[in-house]
Amino acid sequence: MARTFMKGSEAVAEAAVRAGCRFFAGYPITPQNEVPEYFSRRLPEVGGTFIQGESEVASINMVYGAASAGVRAMTSSSSPGIALKSEGISYCASARIPMVYANFARGGPGVGSIQPAQMDYFEATKAAGNGGFQMIVLAPSTVQEAVDLTVKAFELADRDRNPVHLLADGVIATMMEPVELPEMMPEEKVAEIRESKKNWALVGHPLDYKNRAWIQPGQWITTKMQECNEEAAAMYESWKTKDVMVEEYKVDDAEIVMTAYGISGRIAKSSVDILRNKGIKVGLIRPITLNPFPTESFEKLDYSKVKAILDVEMSIPAQYATDVEAVVRKRCPVEKCLCSGGNVMSREAVLEAVMKIAGQEA
Amino acid sequence: MAKFKINVVAERCKSCGYCIKYCPKNVLEIGTEVNAKGYEYIVAARQDDCIGCLTCGRICPDGAIEIYKEGE
Amino acid sequence: MAELLYSRTKTIQEDKVSGFCPGCMHSTIMKLIGEVIDEMGIIDKTAAVLGIGCCGLQMDYMAYDNTTAPHGRACAVATGLKRANPDTIYYTYQGDGDLASIGLAETVSAANRGENFTVIFVNNGIYGMTGGQLAPTTLVGMKASTAPKGRIAEEHGYPMHVCEVLDKLTAPQYLVRTSCNNPGNILKTKQAIKKAFEYQIAGKGFSLVEIVTSCPTNWGLDSLKALDFLEENMLKEYPLGVIRDKG
Repeated sequence: MARTFMKGSEAVAEAAVRAGCRFFAGYPITPQNEVPEYFSRRLPEVGGTFIQGESEVASINMVYGAASAGVRAMTSSSSPGIALKSEGISYCASARIPMVYANFARGGPGVGSIQPAQMDYFEATKAAGNGGFQMIVLAPSTVQEAVDLTVKAFELADRDRNPVHLLADGVIATMMEPVELPEMMPEEKVAEIRESKKNWALVGHPLDYKNRAWIQPGQWITTKMQECNEEAAAMYESWKTKDVMVEEYKVDDAEIVMTAYGISGRIAKSSVDILRNKGIKVGLIRPITLNPFPTESFEKLDYSKVKAILDVEMSIPAQYATDVEAVVRKRCPVEKCLCSGGNVMSREAVLEAVMKIAGQEA
Repeated sequence: MAKFKINVVAERCKSCGYCIKYCPKNVLEIGTEVNAKGYEYIVAARQDDCIGCLTCGRICPDGAIEIYKEGE
Repeated sequence: MAELLYSRTKTIQEDKVSGFCPGCMHSTIMKLIGEVIDEMGIIDKTAAVLGIGCCGLQMDYMAYDNTTAPHGRACAVATGLKRANPDTIYYTYQGDGDLASIGLAETVSAANRGENFTVIFVNNGIYGMTGGQLAPTTLVGMKASTAPKGRIAEEHGYPMHVCEVLDKLTAPQYLVRTSCNNPGNILKTKQAIKKAFEYQIAGKGFSLVEIVTSCPTNWGLDSLKALDFLEENMLKEYPLGVIRDKG
């Protein structure tokens, strides 16, 4: 494990290359400009391909193409850019094309602001494009986690032949931290993965009606389309039992449980011990997979002891909170500590919110 | 002179008339029988006049016409 | 024993009859592309990126590798495919709405980058699959379901000449316009497609074959009258010939 000091955007790009990614297409958009910049230097070094697409729309479609050829491929963008890619992402999901895409979320809606936010939760987990498809959504809270989850994302994408979404934010994108990088995937392994996709990849096959590669993002025959939907739905369901990733920190005896993902999760976690030193029994549930949702973490809470759950989220109106409320089903109040528009969650606000619930003055 | 034989794959014909328009020897015409899709498929009414130029086969959008050359 | 001189290319599934309308040249072109890749012996090394529209109907009839790109994005998908996998021969197959309306940016950008794949562009001056709406290539005065009084230059602008537009770009290798309205032009179309594929194999960059065709159903004409309209009007607006050939 090589330990180095890297900016989040670049760490994600390096992790992707080390995970065997050999194609990236992207378009400039703050706060993730360093992703395409890094790939433009790095991919040629490993015989990979970098393209700056003429738009985000073109870029996701280039990834659709490269991944259809059996190459591990990735794109990344930020909020409005992700919205532009939604049709392409939906096509990848429909045609079951394995690819990874990252959103370093920023203030919204519209052009919003270029500073960090968590205002794309619904888009990422509920409607990343038309047609009700789903993806495993991974939410890193540190640069290290972003690196580890990038590697994981490629594995999951190939396992399921489905797009995987890395939902980070502008803080992760622009923050520099020491990070342990994974070993470089040997070229033989990169080639082996590509070879393993040869039967379905669009690389030309001997003339044989049955075994031609046929990567179709839809079906003319409705019964066939429903079959595809049913097959995908079963896959989405299977994630719930085997792919949930969540961090639970000092939840067992907690009377107030904070819940937050990504950078908000990190800020909330740093508040736990400060509050405990003030005698407040507080814990944290931090989803690492936003989909599949960590339902179990909320089910096993002892609601006779938990006074309230505090959602800490950089989104007004709150988004992630609605899923929490759905799982908690009013067994205790779900309070919110929110900011948005590019304002980064402040720990003081978190401390204040918890103490208010605990009935103590700040 | 070699003899040529037109074989119309009836189910593929959509009665568009291109082959009739471009056949230099007026060999083909719209038939009276109807295929599964409801098109009156063409027939080689004057088979013997065919000179084997393959125009009908090439102009036909749907590849409904096969042309054979029979022995000398 | 009878010797078979001509029959439909085996690159179309044996048991399939296309859903294209009578006289539609999408069918013809699908045949020609298949004949070319068969004669060049590259069926097992070729894959198609189909656009959305009548051009996309091919997916159920072809017997070799193909995918469908989002409407307008075929040139971007082909870019990704060819860059990631240069050994396979890729071509996009797009109509005028797909290529010159929603996909204009992708088309121009791929051409400008000189991407090494082939575009087969079917220009029938109308939106076919969706029922006859105005296309960038609709002729002035030609009626469309969204231009009920016909295309009016002041309101809808002028027919777009894609080959000439792309001819302003430095990178493209081969830009040619043909038709499939008569036996002679069919052979020229086939030659053009073959040349485009040869250039691709030789790594010479972006090639585009624009094929001017009719759309009997949405022109409101039977297939033979549509041929006349094609010759008297479309081919005047879109003169056939080589616009660029870097050789």
